[in-house]
Amino acid sequence: MTEFPGGSIVHGPRRAEVNGAGGSDGRRRLGEAGLNAKPSGRMHVADSLEGGVPARTVGEVSVEDPVFSCRDVSVFYGAKQALHSVTLDIARRQVLAAIGPSGCGKSTFLRCLNRMNDTIPGARVTGTITLDGQDIYDKSKDIAQLRARIGMVFQKPNPFHKSIYDNVAYGPRIHKLTRTRADLDELVFTSLSRAGLWNEVKDRLSAPAVGLSGGQQQRLCIARTLAVQPEVILMDEPCSALDPIATARVEDLIEELRASYAIVMVTHSMQQAARVSQRTAFFYMGKLIEVSDTDHVFTNPQHRLTEDYITGRFG
Amino acid sequence: MGGRLSEIPFGMSYAVSHRGAPGAHEPKDNDGEQHECQDPDAAMSRVAAIEPKRIAGQRLRERIFHGTTLAAALLVLVLLGGVGVSLLQGAWPAFSHFKLAFLTRQIWNPVTDEYGAVGAVYGTIVTSIIGMLLALPVSFGIAVFLTELAPSWLKRPIGVAIELLAAIPSIIYGFWGLFVLAPVLQEHIEPWIISTLGALPGIGFLFRGAPFGIGVLTAGIVLAIMIVPFIAAVMRDVFETVPDLLKESAYGLGATTWEVIWRVVVPYSRTGMVGGTMLGLGRALGETMAVTFVIGNAHHIGRSLLSPGTTISATIANEFTEATTKLYASSLIALGALLFVITFSVIAIARLMLLRLNRRALSSV
Repeated sequence: MTEFPGGSIVHGPRRAEVNGAGGSDGRRRLGEAGLNAKPSGRMHVADSLEGGVPARTVGEVSVEDPVFSCRDVSVFYGAKQALHSVTLDIARRQVLAAIGPSGCGKSTFLRCLNRMNDTIPGARVTGTITLDGQDIYDKSKDIAQLRARIGMVFQKPNPFHKSIYDNVAYGPRIHKLTRTRADLDELVFTSLSRAGLWNEVKDRLSAPAVGLSGGQQQRLCIARTLAVQPEVILMDEPCSALDPIATARVEDLIEELRASYAIVMVTHSMQQAARVSQRTAFFYMGKLIEVSDTDHVFTNPQHRLTEDYITGRFG
Repeated sequence: MGGRLSEIPFGMSYAVSHRGAPGAHEPKDNDGEQHECQDPDAAMSRVAAIEPKRIAGQRLRERIFHGTTLAAALLVLVLLGGVGVSLLQGAWPAFSHFKLAFLTRQIWNPVTDEYGAVGAVYGTIVTSIIGMLLALPVSFGIAVFLTELAPSWLKRPIGVAIELLAAIPSIIYGFWGLFVLAPVLQEHIEPWIISTLGALPGIGFLFRGAPFGIGVLTAGIVLAIMIVPFIAAVMRDVFETVPDLLKESAYGLGATTWEVIWRVVVPYSRTGMVGGTMLGLGRALGETMAVTFVIGNAHHIGRSLLSPGTTISATIANEFTEATTKLYASSLIALGALLFVITFSVIAIARLMLLRLNRRALSSV
């Protein structure tokens, strides 16, 4: 974008075209219907700015047959609202990257999806989130079973203080996924292989996991997640503690996993978002500003805040 | 741009300090650099202008500081050595008179001036074991509830209550044990224990006899109540050091709270848990006042836990005023020396356990 200082003018026609396509979809503004009744011709996106932050999300929030469907999701930590009415669908077999400056709510959003915010005292989530059509905040649903369907990989590699084998076997053991030791061995093998770690650790499965390098530990954490056979994998800045080579390996792995899983990845690195994701959501000050195909967001951002962020003007 | 901003004030402050100490130290930079305050090298070369006198003063202060802290640290060794020596010295007449029999005989008879430590040692160890057996699960429960389950509005009151429990003087526990707990035990609980547990084969003999109310079991219960706050507080602190990330990753795999506690929190914090347990055990072994009230003070070892007994510290507290003969006094001091050895061993064993646990955790679990 930097080569077009007058970006808004250059983008004018393209923007109109996108609007035309998006406007035909009646579901697009489920979340904000009451907030901004103005029929948006979207000639001037900046019109909807409220103190710099728009009330509505720019771009296509819904998808066909979503794995996750979030409607009006807000999160409060005590009196502080960390997430404002986010409406977003998450597609299957696709990487959704959540980008935005620190404290913009992208991690908070991610942690809503497997109810990890429940572990924080004083956290409150409103709105609805469905996983395969079922409300995940339904009181009658078992939270542990829910989380088993949703894998999570964290910012820092955090293997348990156990052997490599036991780390991968942890989930299958607590959920009693396998009946015999041979089955468990098999599952550990497949998980480690899918995480691209098998060849590096096959000779030292009983060695402590903390002895692995950072990149290996992170892939072990991914293997540990895969062993529970989740439907979705949430990744909270999975590469931020890794060196460039380890990062490249994890990114390759994410690319492979995309064939079977829906992946939501929070990242600080826009290059990473551009490299591995197919869809990108830009969060700012607790709001979902813009969501679109990754190519689109990075080459032709619709919202000025998105453009400012991806061109490095703030954040 | 940021660099230039930070250099200007630095250059200015050096100029001021030079005016304060003229000629103390000639700046070695050339003229050009002296006028160019924005050159970082020039600025840095002037930092060296500290007066030698100041350096000498600083070194003296450093040395005094070093010396005083060293003296304070050495004082610990001196105190420990002093206590050990005086204990051995005081206990020597008893040990040399009774030889090993002091450690093997149950008799404790001031009239014939014959003393053996077995009764008191037995009481000390058994009351502590009872106390630990009762206190550990309760403390663990309190700590788990406080760190993992309690809503935040309940955490504080319970935390404060635990600290208050720990602050109650032991004599009040003894008082309460004698006037409140003992009658309740005697009238309601001990008869029930005798009729149920006492009928069990194998361990039944531990729970037979008359319900006195006071005795080894009562002392163990009072000890348990006294050490719960200590163990619970240490365990809570240890549990709180478990990184959230570790817990969250287990939750993320679909672990229940119980599984997270049992498979993540406990393994991670076992070192601290052993430490807390040993702290409680140390306190239980040495506790004097409360035990003296409720144990019954009999040097006889009863087969039943319901029978009266005594502990080392209770014996000393009860009898030091009556120890008129030299051998009597020396025997009491010898008991003290034994207590010292027991507590020391407990701590040493705890240290060894911790070492081994750590090594195992490092090599592989």
